[in-house]
Amino acid sequence: MESIRKNKLAITVFMLPAVILFAGIIIIPIIMSFIYSLQDWNGITEPKFIGFDNYIELFTSKSAGFPKTTLNALLLAVLSVFIQLPLSLALALMISKGIKGERFFMTVFFIPVLMSTVVIGQLWLKIYNPNYGVLNVLLDRIGLHSLAKTAWLAEPKTVLLAAFLPNLWQYVGYHMLLMYAGIKSVSPDVIEAAKIDGANDWQINTRIIIPLLKPVIKICVIFAVTGSLKTFDLIYVLTRGGPDHASEVPSTLMVNMTFDESRYGYGSAIAVMIIFLCFFFAILIKKGIKTEDYDEK
Amino acid sequence: MKSKKLNKVPVGAYVVLLIWTVLCVFPLYWMFTFSLKENAEIFGENVLGLPKNWMWSNYADAMRSGTLSTHQMRDSTILLGFKNSIIVSVFTIALTIVCALMACYALTRMEWRGRETANNIFMLGLTLPIHAALLPVFLMLKSLKMLNSYQALIVPYAAFSLAMAIMIFGSFMVNIPKELEESACLDGCGTFGIFFRIILPLMKPAISTVIIFTFLQAWNELMFANIFNSEKRFSTLPVAINTFFGSYTTKWGPIGAALVIATFPTLFVYAFISRKIQESLIAGAIKG
Repeated sequence: MESIRKNKLAITVFMLPAVILFAGIIIIPIIMSFIYSLQDWNGITEPKFIGFDNYIELFTSKSAGFPKTTLNALLLAVLSVFIQLPLSLALALMISKGIKGERFFMTVFFIPVLMSTVVIGQLWLKIYNPNYGVLNVLLDRIGLHSLAKTAWLAEPKTVLLAAFLPNLWQYVGYHMLLMYAGIKSVSPDVIEAAKIDGANDWQINTRIIIPLLKPVIKICVIFAVTGSLKTFDLIYVLTRGGPDHASEVPSTLMVNMTFDESRYGYGSAIAVMIIFLCFFFAILIKKGIKTEDYDEK
Repeated sequence: MKSKKLNKVPVGAYVVLLIWTVLCVFPLYWMFTFSLKENAEIFGENVLGLPKNWMWSNYADAMRSGTLSTHQMRDSTILLGFKNSIIVSVFTIALTIVCALMACYALTRMEWRGRETANNIFMLGLTLPIHAALLPVFLMLKSLKMLNSYQALIVPYAAFSLAMAIMIFGSFMVNIPKELEESACLDGCGTFGIFFRIILPLMKPAISTVIIFTFLQAWNELMFANIFNSEKRFSTLPVAINTFFGSYTTKWGPIGAALVIATFPTLFVYAFISRKIQESLIAGAIKG
């Protein structure tokens, strides 16, 4: 058995396909991205090495607006953490306690997660349509005639929230599912014991379940924040970053700079920044939310 | 003893749950009903109700769009997108599973130096955004003359699914008792024999989890699909819908029909295995 476990040939054969795939499509491209980000290059002429000029431009140039796109993405992150996650948690708490229709609610709330973001985007484009969209029709029916004329995705004032709303809506079910699974794994004995001690529902939720749920909540926060920093599909479908870059996020700016403006170096600098921001926030949250061991207390 | 008495849930909770149910279902209901209506109904006469005349012809229109003559369905934007998405998803799943299973066996069951490091490097893939590789992979594909081909999407999708697949397989494989392998070894199995005869058959539940996970990613991905395969012949469904129906603005019925067609397969499968799908997505998140 020893020799079988250390069979060098077998190890090589087993590892080779994954290593080639991973190195060829992920490791090497990331290194290349970093190298491109130090160059001034349009894909046609010779690339010119310019050091960190692209990064300096990212943070100083007003026209390109990278800081603003990052702020937009962070706004989405904040909305996700403080609106989407509490809503998911509330829904998860409500359905996880053996109520009637538990399976039904679970199944329905999860449907938006499975739908393609392009379909959801196209659907919301129709919902937001200023003349015929269902949102304005409803607003008109309930008497808000002046609001009912709003072109939600075309006005700089409303576009950001309007473009983020489907994003928040779509993934409530996903976070709810994770939290639901977490709540289900809390031992019923603990809850039973608390009940015998006279705890009411609110106390059980806030003093027992939510503290025990911390590791899951932490994962949800990481997903919500990194997901917001990476967000692309819905913004691309709904607004392409417009009007006048009002709803631009880092990834739409990256695609725009790279493929519409042929600024390969600059686009790569944005790509590197997106990777950096994702890792930075993931580590920050991991360190920031302490999940202490309850046995030791 | 199981006291499975239903908890008293305050009415308020039911109200919230029902409101959210409506918010989840209403867009779908609206999509389905307007896919069967005429513009006149959608635009005023009957915005919210069920269609008066069920315009099934909208579905025929949606499928016919992009065809040069009305009889050549093989040029249909939506059907082509459908076919391409299926081809890309199936091969992505196959490639991911083969690579991940093999690597996972070497990473969890075999003994060699650098094993830990290799595993950690793969796990970095869980956090790395797909954006990071966009331009370099695009340039790579361009120089290999492989833009607008199935492999242009299959290979990158598989690469980005690999980390998750290895993680899911790994957490499953560590629970397979080592004694099974040892007795197989005594019976004369070599490394490959153990892998194919002992490990593979036991991995079935984990494989279905990975299939679900990888399918959802490959079926819905937009960024790579949009940039690598912009030609209609190789466009996947998300791109087909976005480009060809984004510009199709005058008649809403066929647009709705196309959206329903694109959504139907996922929802159909979900109706039958919703629990398995939910469990798969939990497995992909919690163990990470």
